[in-house]
Amino acid sequence: MNIVLIGLNHKTAPVEVREKFSFPEALLGNYLTQMLASPLVTEGLILSTCNRVEICATTDNIPECFDYLSQFLYENQKQGPSIPFKQFVQYLYYYSSVDAVSHLFRVSSSLDSMVVGEPQISGQLKEAFDYAMINKSTGVILNKLFKKAISVAKRIRSQTKISENAVSVSYAAVGLAKKIFGDLTGKTVLLVGAGEMSELAARHLINNGVKNVMVTNRNFQRAVELAREFNGTSIKFDDLEAEFPEADIVICSTGAPYYLIHCEMVESAIASRKNRPIFLVDISVPRNIDPKINALENVFLYNIDDLQSVIEANLKERQKEAEKAELIVSEEVETMDRWLKSLNVVPTIIAIREKVEAIRKLEVEKTIAKWRTEISEEQKEAIENLSVNIINKILHFPLSALKAEAHQSHGPQVIQTTRKIFNLEEEKKASSDPGADREPSDGSLSGLRDSTKNQ
Amino acid sequence: MNILFFKLTVLVYFAGTVVYLFYFSSKKDFLSKYALGITGAGFLLHTIAITIRTIESGHFPLSNLPEALSFFSWGMILTYLVLEYRYRIHILGSFILPLAFLSLISAAAFPNEIKTLQPDLNSTWFGIHTTFSVLGGVAFTIAFVAGLMYLIQEKLLKSKRFNILYYKLPSLDLLDHLNQQAISVGFPMLTVGILAGALWAGDVWGAYWVWDPQRIFTLVTWLFYLGMIHGRLTIGWRGRKAAYLAIIGFMGVVFTFFVVNLLVKGPHRFI
Repeated sequence: MNIVLIGLNHKTAPVEVREKFSFPEALLGNYLTQMLASPLVTEGLILSTCNRVEICATTDNIPECFDYLSQFLYENQKQGPSIPFKQFVQYLYYYSSVDAVSHLFRVSSSLDSMVVGEPQISGQLKEAFDYAMINKSTGVILNKLFKKAISVAKRIRSQTKISENAVSVSYAAVGLAKKIFGDLTGKTVLLVGAGEMSELAARHLINNGVKNVMVTNRNFQRAVELAREFNGTSIKFDDLEAEFPEADIVICSTGAPYYLIHCEMVESAIASRKNRPIFLVDISVPRNIDPKINALENVFLYNIDDLQSVIEANLKERQKEAEKAELIVSEEVETMDRWLKSLNVVPTIIAIREKVEAIRKLEVEKTIAKWRTEISEEQKEAIENLSVNIINKILHFPLSALKAEAHQSHGPQVIQTTRKIFNLEEEKKASSDPGADREPSDGSLSGLRDSTKNQ
Repeated sequence: MNILFFKLTVLVYFAGTVVYLFYFSSKKDFLSKYALGITGAGFLLHTIAITIRTIESGHFPLSNLPEALSFFSWGMILTYLVLEYRYRIHILGSFILPLAFLSLISAAAFPNEIKTLQPDLNSTWFGIHTTFSVLGGVAFTIAFVAGLMYLIQEKLLKSKRFNILYYKLPSLDLLDHLNQQAISVGFPMLTVGILAGALWAGDVWGAYWVWDPQRIFTLVTWLFYLGMIHGRLTIGWRGRKAAYLAIIGFMGVVFTFFVVNLLVKGPHRFI
């Protein structure tokens, strides 16, 4: 049984291609059923976000399964002009076994994301896994794999600083506001210009405690609409100067080709605010706020380039953290690989034979030792033969059944159970890293759950 | 016995200072944990040292300059530990530990044997006078440190330099708040210290107030802080201005305490 993964993402495919291959959530169940209809696929899961589509499956035949899954993906593209299959295949990446595991862990921990460290992907992955569980499309291997992928992402988030510090303009503005005001609770934000950027920044500020939103816009109707969205107040463009001192945070984003906010305006605002600080963000190009006001006391002005420099510094920081995260990923891949290998039937058979043979030897030697000289060579041989024959005959049934079942779809689970019956896992665990597998008791439970699923 | 503990304390504070200074410019956040542990241990030793000294001398340990410096240092560390617990501003330690260490080691530069106290120094008013004056000094030092940190952070924010220090320093609002709190705690303490001193002087010498340089400078400092509090409440002196004022006020405190003590003759000469 092998793990395979095919997919396309923002690195391999342009947005025109990606958008054709996204799977709507509501239909995910149907797609999963359709995908699993093929005997090539024993377990399957689909992860579909705006930046990527990943199909992960288990199969006995890797090359054929790759073909099948590419075809499956191609056939399920959205309506509209289609690209030739040959060209489509070039957008795809194919991974199997350890590479698939490694890729998946990198995806879940956001190392493969457009913005490294952005936390949404682990949530999306968890959702995809939940959908697969509901549709019973995963079994013992993918369940283990995806649980592990989610826990790897958690581990990386807690052990590295990969998701710390803002890497988007609106988040960067929130970060700066916090360095000035500390707590944003109860602060007032004024949006000058009702563009998308200021809307986004306002949303982040509100999520961080900002209470009042004031909106002003040349087109007053638009200001009213946006203000309503935030439960805020709209201000006529001509009243900007009168209302200006109310604002702790000002986000300016208009198309005006000149300065809307001047030194005098801010100076008088600061005076009437009794020096309470004002934080201004000018994301408009050309700029709408006179840059000279940054020199005023208790006034902090940032333009788009300033924010960009925060973002770049933070991105560099994340890149360094990503290196630490890669180490964690490769460590976890190794653990997963060890587990996958244990699912292989041959080592299991060897392990059982070795274990039983060791028991037999020990018991025979004990018995012979009791008699010492009272027993002839012939008799010794007879005892040997007897014991060998007994264990061979007894082992014949489970081992041949194991060989037969191993190639069925529920094979991994049978192997897993067999290893538990013969107590092979415990010995391996005792000898290997104790922290390698953190859920020994949960493992048996999930095994039970998996077995009901496969019946 | 108390000397041994003082020496140990000096060593531990030195270690704490070194680690905190490393932390100041380092990316290794875990350093602050070590530094805090060291500081806590130092504080324990220091408390033991002061307790033993009190028992050995039989009077409250604030009768001479080294004792005052030691008590000041102890008060600084205690305040730091409280602030760290309350606000988790690790980098505050990088400012306070060096000050506490310097204050304690300069105490060691003075002759430090226990002397029998002149009877006129052994009164309740004297105890209150010294304790509150030193604790007021601690508060003004905290205000000074907060002001210094404010100016650094403001500079970084204005010049858009987002370096490690920017991330480690807390928000301007918190620093300004700290400055204000420290002064509004320190001012009443200084006031009580001055009043207790006057009452004590009245008891001992029969005159509550004499215009000697020490008292003049103390009064100037007191008026300065009064003006600062007034300015904040009425005109809204805050931010950079408040930070500068806290720094100037602290200079005044240091001047009054050291220069006048060491250079001018009078009842405040400790040695």
